[in-house]
Amino acid sequence: MYVRHLQLTDFRSWAQADLALTPGPTVFVGQNGQGKTNLVEAIGYIATLGSHRVSSDTPLVRIGAERALVRIAVVNEGRELTVELEITPGKANRARINRAQVPRPREVLGILRTVLFAPEDLALVRGDPSERRRFMDELLVLRAPRFAGVRSDYERVLKQRNALLKTARGSGGRADISTLEVWNGHLARHGAELLSARLNLIADMAPLVSAAYAGVAPESRPALINYRSSLGELPERAGVDDLTERLLTAMTEQRGQELERGVSLVGPHRDELELVLGDAPAKGYASHGESWSFALALRLGSYELLRADGAEPVLVLDDVFAELDRRRRAALAEVASQAEQVLVTAAVQEDVPAELLGDRYLVGDGEVRSD
Amino acid sequence: MYEGVVQDLIDELGRFPGVGPKSAQRIAFHLLNSDPADINRLREVLGKVAEGVTFCEVCGTVAEQQRCRICRDERRDATLVCVVEEPKDVLAVERTGEFKGRYHVLGGALDPLSGIGPDQLRMRELLARIGTDEITEVILATDPNTEGEATATYLVRMLRDFPGLTVTRLASGLPMGGDLEFADELTLGRALSGRRAL
Ligand SMILES: Nc1ncnc2c1ncn2[C@@H]1O[C@H](COP(=O)(O)OP(=O)(O)OP(=O)(O)O)[C@@H](O)[C@H]1O
Ligand SMILES: [Mg+2]
Ligand SMILES: [Zn+2]
Repeated sequence: MYVRHLQLTDFRSWAQADLALTPGPTVFVGQNGQGKTNLVEAIGYIATLGSHRVSSDTPLVRIGAERALVRIAVVNEGRELTVELEITPGKANRARINRAQVPRPREVLGILRTVLFAPEDLALVRGDPSERRRFMDELLVLRAPRFAGVRSDYERVLKQRNALLKTARGSGGRADISTLEVWNGHLARHGAELLSARLNLIADMAPLVSAAYAGVAPESRPALINYRSSLGELPERAGVDDLTERLLTAMTEQRGQELERGVSLVGPHRDELELVLGDAPAKGYASHGESWSFALALRLGSYELLRADGAEPVLVLDDVFAELDRRRRAALAEVASQAEQVLVTAAVQEDVPAELLGDRYLVGDGEVRSD
Repeated sequence: MYEGVVQDLIDELGRFPGVGPKSAQRIAFHLLNSDPADINRLREVLGKVAEGVTFCEVCGTVAEQQRCRICRDERRDATLVCVVEEPKDVLAVERTGEFKGRYHVLGGALDPLSGIGPDQLRMRELLARIGTDEITEVILATDPNTEGEATATYLVRMLRDFPGLTVTRLASGLPMGGDLEFADELTLGRALSGRRAL
């Protein structure tokens, strides 16, 4: 698939932006702070309903404006769809597909798939487990949009259950916890669905990440990814019913602990994606260069996985070449140059490998000019 | 900002659900241009609301007398009870024209985040009704969202032990995560007639 047209109104620094895009590589060149990342961030937002830089919507709306508008035309195997999102901080966003309003923004998920590489990716390796859980869950949604619903149902049930546990703790055992079993059941069912999908995802993706890492950093030790569950040892893949039972059993076992601490101690929200380099965890042990290679391998693995699923995603490379040495540049450029569409941002053109110098846009003074 | 009481009116209207500042302003100026008789009628209604609204002693929906019209209506099927969260859901089910039984309004759903457990809902009243009345089927029509589903599951557990009682849930097909009242008549009607036993 590829993005054929991008139109922004009051998104980030852009009062207005309107550009036509083509398949193959496109490079956005401009000095720091001119709005290059803002352009590709908008594309990523349509694909994931989130920004790769901020968790709140407020900074996405141009200072002084009330709402931002992103409109994108996507061509997928010859069929074109227009997606439009109106982002109003503090309110529900509104979405239109081919100009028709849809009941909820979630409906646009799946129309555009992107894999975005950005300097922020270092946090995948060095950051908290929550960064890696989000990485997995976003990929799940890209694979199958219905997981956006599973994920939000799970989070809602988790919040409710934690509230109940907290009340119970506060009351010193006098609170009514007759409903706890009900919340256990719902947490287990939604949790098992999420967990089962994550296990499949990691089982499918692990070899791709290892291979990508070897390609990016052949001199380094082998890299592995591994799903570590709060349920302890699990088979590589497991069905929803099996996992529901396991979660319920674990909740029964942990009941005393959970009531004492007032939080839910088992479930996918406590799980971790382990990144291993040689015989040590990457987090805390890997060098700066190795961490970068690992982050790159996770994104390349995602890209290969989505391709293997049969949906060619749009590649977005935001300011990544400046961070990479020659060999890693070459490895990334080789994959990217094969992509149906790749959008690259760079402050200086010399950072961009020759095979990616396709269409060129100059970004500066609040304008995007075709070069 | 307008001066004085006009701005006060806009501010008050703006506190209503679904009314933004622009609509509040539009309604305010509509009221300013209205016939004094219309305003008086509105004032009277609000006055009565402030004095207190009565709820049906049987089903818990808003009523003018001790019992609501549906609970008084002898033609309604007394063996069938539809359990909903709010009085507005009674209206939503009534609009489908598919349902000839009676209702039970819980007054909300299980919601620990807002401190709402079984004791804050009209659950005990429901059990008492089932224990004494001629009820043979309970339809759980709580909202198709996290809290509504949890409430339905809880009720299924509570109602399991009544001999001869059938407990059903609306068929799927309602927009998940939503509110019963937002489902159109056709969808809700279909969910009712396609309800399944639990
Ligand atoms: N909500 C907003 N309203 C107005 N301006 C904004 C908003 N958010 C960000 N900006 C401005 O956008 C600019 C950053 O844009 P962007 O991150 O796209 O830069 P860039 O071209 O990618 O630069 P670099 O090469 O440094 O990565 C900053 O100058 C910032 O002040
Ligand atoms: Mg940038
Ligand atoms: Zn009544």
